[in-house]
Amino acid sequence: MKPLFESEAFVRIAAPVAVGIVLFAIWEIGFRLASVPVYLFPKPTDIFASLLHNGPSLLRALLVTLRVTLQAFVAAVVLGTLIAFMFVQSRAIEVSLFPYAVLLQVTPVVAIAPLIIILVKNTQLSLTICATLVALFPIISNTTLGLRSVDPGLANFFRMNRASRFKTLVKLRIPGALPYFFGGLRISSGLALIGAVVAEFVAGTGGRSSGLAYEILDAGFTLDIPRMFAALFLITLTGVLLFAAMVALSQWVLSDWHDSETRAET
Amino acid sequence: MRVLLPAEPLDETAKQVTMVCDGPPAVEVLSAEKVFTNGARGLAPIDLSIADGEFLTLIGPSGCGKSTLLKLIANLIEPSDGRLLWWRGDFAQVGQEGRRLAFVFQEPTLMPWARVEANVRLPLEFGNMPRATADPKVADAIARVGLSRFNRHFPRQLSGGMKMRVSIARALVTNPNLLLMDEPFGALDEFTRNKLDDDLVNLSWERKLTTVFVTHSIYEAVFLSTRIIVMAANPGRIFRIMTIDQPQPRDQGFRDSPKFAAYCRELSTWLAEASLQSAGGGGS
Repeated sequence: MKPLFESEAFVRIAAPVAVGIVLFAIWEIGFRLASVPVYLFPKPTDIFASLLHNGPSLLRALLVTLRVTLQAFVAAVVLGTLIAFMFVQSRAIEVSLFPYAVLLQVTPVVAIAPLIIILVKNTQLSLTICATLVALFPIISNTTLGLRSVDPGLANFFRMNRASRFKTLVKLRIPGALPYFFGGLRISSGLALIGAVVAEFVAGTGGRSSGLAYEILDAGFTLDIPRMFAALFLITLTGVLLFAAMVALSQWVLSDWHDSETRAET
Repeated sequence: MRVLLPAEPLDETAKQVTMVCDGPPAVEVLSAEKVFTNGARGLAPIDLSIADGEFLTLIGPSGCGKSTLLKLIANLIEPSDGRLLWWRGDFAQVGQEGRRLAFVFQEPTLMPWARVEANVRLPLEFGNMPRATADPKVADAIARVGLSRFNRHFPRQLSGGMKMRVSIARALVTNPNLLLMDEPFGALDEFTRNKLDDDLVNLSWERKLTTVFVTHSIYEAVFLSTRIIVMAANPGRIFRIMTIDQPQPRDQGFRDSPKFAAYCRELSTWLAEASLQSAGGGGS
């Protein structure tokens, strides 16, 4: 058994955590010494206290945001993959439609969110649509790239053996596209969350179905800065967890064979 | 880059290339030529008959069209003029029982996401063979190349030589009659290459395979072949043909014999001449 600090896994977790603790300590102590008022910039302990105090309402808001995020993420994955499959079917389809996918990507969601919110009556649905639009592009571009990046030697082998189009897709193109697809998932999961929060800001919905963005807006109105930070903290935490989940998923699927997920054997 | 040449007379040796062998030939190349779309003349009209059960090696300086000829035989490319026959018929009937063809590439071209057994099973899956029928064949092919212990491994866990063995097992699993190999051991060290050559000689003998093999190695060519086609470039053509008169299957004893050395010496001289002849045209 190796000493703990020599183990790769331990260091990978412990080092960033240690940095975090040091930063929080400096923040806490520095702000205490300078006695910065809580309504200007709260200390970590203030934020933590607010997190506990506003727990139920923040948690409800988190669930709302999370729901929009996950719905949008799933929609983006399904739609993006379908579009990518369509693109690789023929060059003509890709050439004629790809510019519009780019158009969708470069248009800021804040700019089109009001329109979508006006057009779509159901707020949940309009938020999901906004977030989907943001999360869609990485899935399309990465999956298309992956489906196209077929090993030429293997493609030759499939052709020589007169493999059907379907067999080539299932046995060659899809497995080969997986590493690219998972790369897209990582980016897209974060974008879905960003899209959801941005759309919530624009919609500004109050009441029972309000998300974390509304909590931040509301905290701003009432100058409850620690609650603002607490909501921000939850958004960040969600983003990190989503990303970690995608990393774990891609590791689980690819660890056996792909270079990006395999460790050098010693 | 050289553009289309006027037809030039082939030299004397090239005219006598058609060899008459016993039994029906596996492949006949009938005045097949290849002019690439950029105008480069890859292959001058070639006549060649490959006998059933023969181990034929194509060797020559780079640009001599040996890979092109092999691809023509594999029907991976079409001749610009002339034609080819497989078992006295066209390519449509290749793939039937007794008329199967398998190709081993220069690279192992394995699916990195699939275990050894899944890689070897692939050609059978193209034919929708049920797992129960396929599995014994797969196990047998893997055993043939001596990798039974590694059938659950992924390609990245194997050495270069082992990957090449998997690639050969994948070719053997369909029980082919004609095996085409394009410099399969070119990237391997000499020791591994000799080992694989030993196995290949036994395999092709046991299975009565007709093999067409492309290589750069003189020793490999002499050790494996019943007949060696020496090719020259500009345009790609058959320069000379050497018959290796040594019973199959062969072993290390043949490599150590004076006869082997003599064949190698002669082949080496021929290759030097072929290179000289190839340089005349200007090259690529």
